[in-house]
Amino acid sequence: MRNLLFVLLLAAAPAFAIDKAALAKLAEGDNDEKIQAIAALLAEGDPEAAAVLAKFAEGEVVVDGKPVEVVVNNRVRVAVADALAALGLLAPERATRLAAAKALAGGADALMLPLVKKALDKESDPEIKSLLELVASSMQMKGGDKATRIAAIERLGTSNSPNSRTLLAEAVADADEDIRIAAQKSLREVQGKLAWGERAGLLFAGVSLGSILLLAALGLAITYGLMGVINMAHGELIMIGAYTTYVIQDFFKMTFPKAFDWYLLAAIPASFVVAGLVGMMLERVVIRWLYGRPLETLLATWGISLMLIQSVRTIFGAANVQVENPAFMSGGIQAFAGVVLPWSRIWIIAFAALVLFLMYFLLTKTRLGLFVRGVTQNREMAACVGVHTGRVDMWAFGLGSGIAGLAGCALSQIGNVGPDLGQGYIVDSFMVVVFGGVGQLAGTVYAALTLGFANKFLESVSGAVIAKIVVLVFIIFFIQRRPQGLFAVKGRTVEA
Amino acid sequence: MKLYGAKGWIAIGIASLIAFVVFPVLTIAVPPESPFHISQYWVTLIGKIMCYAIVAIAMDLVWGYTGILSLGHGLFFALGGYAMGMYLMRQIGRQGQYQSDLPDFMVFLDWKEFPWQWWNTDQFWWAMLLVVFVPGLLALVFGFFAFRSRVKGVYFSIITQALTFAAMLLFFRNATGFGGNNGFTDFKSILGLPITTPETRMLLFTLTALVLIATLLLGRWIVTSKFGRVLTAIRDAETRVAFCGYNTVHYKLAIYTLSAVICGIAGALYVPQVGIINPSEMSPANSIEIAIWVAVGGRGTLTGAIIGAGVVNYGKSFFTQAFPEYWLYALGLIFILVTLFLPQGIMGLLKKKS
Repeated sequence: MRNLLFVLLLAAAPAFAIDKAALAKLAEGDNDEKIQAIAALLAEGDPEAAAVLAKFAEGEVVVDGKPVEVVVNNRVRVAVADALAALGLLAPERATRLAAAKALAGGADALMLPLVKKALDKESDPEIKSLLELVASSMQMKGGDKATRIAAIERLGTSNSPNSRTLLAEAVADADEDIRIAAQKSLREVQGKLAWGERAGLLFAGVSLGSILLLAALGLAITYGLMGVINMAHGELIMIGAYTTYVIQDFFKMTFPKAFDWYLLAAIPASFVVAGLVGMMLERVVIRWLYGRPLETLLATWGISLMLIQSVRTIFGAANVQVENPAFMSGGIQAFAGVVLPWSRIWIIAFAALVLFLMYFLLTKTRLGLFVRGVTQNREMAACVGVHTGRVDMWAFGLGSGIAGLAGCALSQIGNVGPDLGQGYIVDSFMVVVFGGVGQLAGTVYAALTLGFANKFLESVSGAVIAKIVVLVFIIFFIQRRPQGLFAVKGRTVEA
Repeated sequence: MKLYGAKGWIAIGIASLIAFVVFPVLTIAVPPESPFHISQYWVTLIGKIMCYAIVAIAMDLVWGYTGILSLGHGLFFALGGYAMGMYLMRQIGRQGQYQSDLPDFMVFLDWKEFPWQWWNTDQFWWAMLLVVFVPGLLALVFGFFAFRSRVKGVYFSIITQALTFAAMLLFFRNATGFGGNNGFTDFKSILGLPITTPETRMLLFTLTALVLIATLLLGRWIVTSKFGRVLTAIRDAETRVAFCGYNTVHYKLAIYTLSAVICGIAGALYVPQVGIINPSEMSPANSIEIAIWVAVGGRGTLTGAIIGAGVVNYGKSFFTQAFPEYWLYALGLIFILVTLFLPQGIMGLLKKKS
């Protein structure tokens, strides 16, 4: 006990240099006084203030060498946390100062203005300095005399951060006429600058979602679009790809921890092969008996999907598993103010384009592709000229399943990997294929991108769930207007 | 009009005897110590399965007889259930946790009054109208557009699946006003009767049995009538029927709407017996399961639909208690084996034997 007290005294010793009146207020004042005291401590900018405040947050203040117990409620605790973050502005390390400035830019109490001004005087780094100027302006805008406020509003007008827009939107409703006018002008300027960034961000989000939908639907475009097999287990093949990635990742973590960043290079072919093999097995064992009976295929493949889900649960457990991104996939690039493009999304867009290209190449330039197209156009004729149609079916189904596996590998990098992963994509992928027009690769691409954009655009207007419902209802009505999809194969038969 | 032969009527008579006399006597009059006593567990389980059997008959009418595989029948079932659920929530009155006129979830969301969907739902007759008309109108409108533009086969299956998926997302939202994720539960009474007593449960049980038998007879009447013949013809060769001068859209629309209404009624009977309704009833998986009940029993036979619903759901409740790990394997295998080896289902197997 004596030792503990001694340590406490040592820790508190430098605090004697700090304003005693403020300390007394911290110890005995009411909540408003406490917050003022915190601001007073901050204004001095003394590094020792941090120690005092940290201790205060734990409920103790040392006055005249004697520890006093204090009650800290939620509001005061928030003020202390802000203050501690703000003290980082005076730290010698650039990274700490930047983090502190960013935290303050998210919204801070006007009481910290003196500290921010002090930090501004000292600051030499241009990035932090501009951030701090913004913070100072937003604080001055809220309080002080009219001229300072208008000046602050004008300065905010030159910034391009979403925070200043929120602040200015508040000021537009101010009681004072001049301030209202100044705020309106600044708000227009900020909005003009932000609009382009937001449009670009929306565009990127649309392409990103479109590429994910495309990856999920490309495999289905072969198995359903070309072969006419309603594969309800398609989502589960995606899941198998994701779990293969997980296994490879774990394997790398254990055996080659140094080469961990390269595990994706092994996971991509592995997920393709594993999902492809599972698909080929399904085709041989179940699906080939059901060609020409689509409704039965639907039910049987649904049964397969249930069994696949349960086997994954038995092997890996029902909980989600962790798939870590390699270093080059994490983080992002700041393209515009307030718009960060994550690297994982950028890589997936590139990956989807690559898969699309390879698939196009395979279907149009290789012998297997020729056979697949031949068999889908006229099975009997293809068999007559010597194509082994059964084997072509197996390979084509394997190819479609393998691409589903690739989709799973990509999805493991941006979302949760669990036994139910596939269920979330099955309705979406069918919508893409049906919307694009069955039997059309180009249709699938257009449909995926259109739905991606539509979804993201509606999301920015009405929220995610409503957006999804609107898109689904739109497709339902679209199919009723044009049952053959966006791009129809022309024909004269009555029965599709 | 002769619906069944002598054997058929005898079977229905025996079933009614069991449902209306044997079961009530053995659960209520016979004391729990007696070996002949039937526990509440069985009453609830069989009551639930009878609701499913009603749905299976409705599904068989559109799929087995008319050839339309709807993967959205779970939606109609859930809508009927929700309509009943709204009435049951109003019956709770001030007995909820917050002692408010509003259901607990609305108090929790800080709502001050009932949203428009809840208008008049404290009236039993209004709730019953909703049970019939909400699924019926949805099916009528949706079916009209779908059948008119000749959406059929797998396309129809996929868009009905999308429809129920969209509805599920909608009902998951708190703002939709139906309790979000948790749906409705904690019911206290129905028509003033406390809902958990053996007597009320038995009443619901016999009511369900009555509706099941009525649905069976109605279905039988439809499929043996001229109307039913046209439905079967549409299943086998729709284009030919159309060229014979029948407007196939009207026939399909009529049976689809009727089927949806039957599902809604089944849902309304299901909710007070099970005591909960939530959006997961609308998940696409549930709707596909309805199709497998019919496939297991035998498509195109109404008795088969009842048998299928009974076998699969009894299997489900048995497996999920004894071996919860293996139920999905069993269900998956049923899907595969029935489609590969038993296209006529159990009824086909029985017919082959005799």
